Amino acid sequence: MLQVIRRICSDPLGLIGLVLVVVLVVSAALASVIAPYDPIALNIIDRLQGPSFNHLLGTDQLGRDLFSRVLYGGRVALKVALISISIALCVGVVLGMIAGFGPRWLDNIIVLLFDTVRSFPTVMFALATVALVGPSLSTVIVIIVITSIPTYGRVVRTQTLTMKTNEYIQAERVMGASSFRILSVHLLPNVVGPLFILASMDIPTVIALEAGLSFLGMGVKPPTPSWGSILNDGYNLIRNTPWPIIAGSIPLVLVTLGFTFLGESLRDLIDPKLRNSL
Amino acid sequence: MLLYFIKRVGLGLLIVMLAVTLLFLMIHLVPGDPARILLGPRATPELIASMSLQLGLDKPLPVQIMMFFANLFTGDMGMDVITNRPVAEIVFGQLPYTLSLIFTAIIGASLIGIPLGCYSALNRNTLADRVVGILSVACITTPAFVVALYSLLIFAVHLQWFPAVGAGEKGDFWDQVSHLVLPAFAIGLSWVGYLSRLVRASMLEVMGENHIRTARAYGLPERVVVFRYALKLAVLPTVTVIGVGMGFLLSAALFTEIVFARPGLGKLIFDSISTRNYPVVMGSVLISTILFVVSTTLSDLINAWLDPRIRASL
Amino acid sequence: MSENVLSIRDLSVNYQTDQGSLQALRNVNVVVPKGSIVGIVGESGCGKSTLISTIIRLLASNADIPNGEVIFEGRDILKLSEDDMRALRGDRLSMVFQDPMSSLNPVLSIGKQMTDIQYRDKKTKAQKRQRSIEMLDSVGIPDPASRLNQYPHEFSGGMRQRIAIAMALQAEPSLLIADEPTTALDATLEVQIIHLLKQLQTDIGCSVLFISHHLGVIAELCDYVVVMYAGEVVEEGTVSDVFKRPQHPYTEKLLECDPANIAKKTRVLPTIPGSVPDLVALPAGCIFKDRCDAKIERCETLRPERIDATEHHYVSCHLRSMP
Repeated sequence: MLQVIRRICSDPLGLIGLVLVVVLVVSAALASVIAPYDPIALNIIDRLQGPSFNHLLGTDQLGRDLFSRVLYGGRVALKVALISISIALCVGVVLGMIAGFGPRWLDNIIVLLFDTVRSFPTVMFALATVALVGPSLSTVIVIIVITSIPTYGRVVRTQTLTMKTNEYIQAERVMGASSFRILSVHLLPNVVGPLFILASMDIPTVIALEAGLSFLGMGVKPPTPSWGSILNDGYNLIRNTPWPIIAGSIPLVLVTLGFTFLGESLRDLIDPKLRNSL
Repeated sequence: MLLYFIKRVGLGLLIVMLAVTLLFLMIHLVPGDPARILLGPRATPELIASMSLQLGLDKPLPVQIMMFFANLFTGDMGMDVITNRPVAEIVFGQLPYTLSLIFTAIIGASLIGIPLGCYSALNRNTLADRVVGILSVACITTPAFVVALYSLLIFAVHLQWFPAVGAGEKGDFWDQVSHLVLPAFAIGLSWVGYLSRLVRASMLEVMGENHIRTARAYGLPERVVVFRYALKLAVLPTVTVIGVGMGFLLSAALFTEIVFARPGLGKLIFDSISTRNYPVVMGSVLISTILFVVSTTLSDLINAWLDPRIRASL
Repeated sequence: MSENVLSIRDLSVNYQTDQGSLQALRNVNVVVPKGSIVGIVGESGCGKSTLISTIIRLLASNADIPNGEVIFEGRDILKLSEDDMRALRGDRLSMVFQDPMSSLNPVLSIGKQMTDIQYRDKKTKAQKRQRSIEMLDSVGIPDPASRLNQYPHEFSGGMRQRIAIAMALQAEPSLLIADEPTTALDATLEVQIIHLLKQLQTDIGCSVLFISHHLGVIAELCDYVVVMYAGEVVEEGTVSDVFKRPQHPYTEKLLECDPANIAKKTRVLPTIPGSVPDLVALPAGCIFKDRCDAKIERCETLRPERIDATEHHYVSCHLRSMP
């Protein structure tokens, strides 16, 4: 593990990525400690101020401190990313394995399901769902899970199919090993690497998606701060002050950049051959 | 070859049908009476009753699905609950705006991204190449709506070089063009990054191939080798990529239309959600999905047609 | 002796790698007399590819040439400008590569490729096509006029190699370099291609530099042969001199191990034990010492000089230079 970190540090972009990710995680975790103000506390007198010593990123139209809101927004971003990707990974791995290892007809059905879900432009699908069930963070998580499952499922399925024809797998089956054993002992370790890379490259996409949906008012419910909702406020105030837009966008861009640099560095480390496919 | 065409188009149709079924089921999976949900807050007992009749809610589910498909086939996607106009009419009225936006973005991104990728490949590992590489990643990862917000802020609000709202006067070509610039830029920027990386990788791969070595061994000028031989091959993957990228483009267009208050499918969906106009939401999402499937199918077919190697293997 | 169309003198080529400087060629001497066919034989890693790449000057960017001359038609091509060099390629000097499937452009028709390389000629398109049709005919492609519009993958392996030969000889070059042209083909095709090359060489009168690791083909086709090992020339002479009276232990071993030479039926084919030495950390002394049966003390430390064993039969071995 230490060796991995050391090698990432030797790659300048990887190092930048690692630093940015660490800053995000730490600031989100310690938000309640670092934040100078309560992110939802109204203070109408001080509304629409630019950056100052008191308010590092200024205040919004209700006088709320933008810096504090940004810090707490990081929590939302991380929470959504971690929860949705973990669930999608688990379900995707299971479905992928079933598709690869199981009977042909089941494989065809699962692949067809994957392709159908993938045929929806993600945001449109999200909006259609929100239209029916109403906006909330849990809805966002469910949407992200559903649209991410095919991505992981396909990779696992391909790996499983390749493995199925491997000679040592066939040897094990002849010796009576159960499918479960084969899958867990042989397949999983092989699939972990690409999946890990895929997931880490997916994090920025998921964070951006949550921000986008919250920007449209389809995600977090006010007054919960999310970078997307800060940007929404910024959009409404665009002719008055640029600071909410700047406040909301900087962490979003930095974090997505950070995870992307880190993910690419990891990918080049684990298997440079994947450069063209992932 | 013909068989491949038929199979691929058949698959596309199948997926469209499954997607439509999924959309249909979504309405019915939500707890509550579908008719009431579709009508939203305007639901009165009479309206619910007539809509239930229209949707055939008393009939078994498979029959309802068939009715749904039958209606779609004739172009009937239901009625807008507010103005009572056919949904199809509304959606197809907005579609051209979105299409022109996406089209402009693709063209603009290709005009910049492809040469950039080519330049990077020819000058690999120089400072310029590395800078372009980092900028490309930055372009790809920055969410489209953030780019849209910043272009609005900088170029429309502060510098006032371009209009901030709408699609321009109908009939005035240059006005419409000036309204296209910023939104197309917002969508196209990440594509520039994406295409540049793709073309770079593709060029490097092609340039390393044996037939390029042969061309050089025959003394063909470097210009011919690079542009006529290598680039033509290297650009093939971009066609497929654009097909698959349509999903991303549609999503980006949605945000951009909302930020720039520009008419189009995205803005239509968003406005309809706010007014609880569900038939319009469903209809727009349906059309977007069909568009996406058509575009991926087309790009697979074009790719198979363009590359004689694939043609032969079919 | 007739004039030499190609004369390589004391050529050394290094590649700069992470591990250090890899000495791919060391003081190599090769001559190709006008109108003759010279074969270069040696196992993988002996430097054949580097030699060819140097002659056509399409070396990798990490290669450098510390010493040597490559005189082609009287001019040292190592000193030529890139434009002058480009003028030679495909015109006075051309190549046939090992794998015709990957060395032909898969998305262009044969006709397009054959007319493209005639870009120097001030002929009309129809005239260029006519020339290509003639060439295809001379290499035995049936119905060449219609096949001109087909793509490489529509031809069989043997036909593709014929097309490659037709392309190479189209401009009637002085020197044709053939880099293992028959390695990717089966035995019957190999025989056909060799006969074709022999015939065309007589018709056009060009010289040929033929690289292969197949001794039988070299014996059949070539007038002279050059034996290379690990970046050095260890023996050279006429085919009959070298193959009937080999002077270098490596040549002897090669001949022993050639399946065609084995008289007695056996299950175990002879091989040369050991492997090619590390070209970055070169050992002192003779390059073949670790695999040589007849090694003497001098071989450990002293590099053998190139000497004349008999008339124009050269070898670099201490055993032959004993007084």
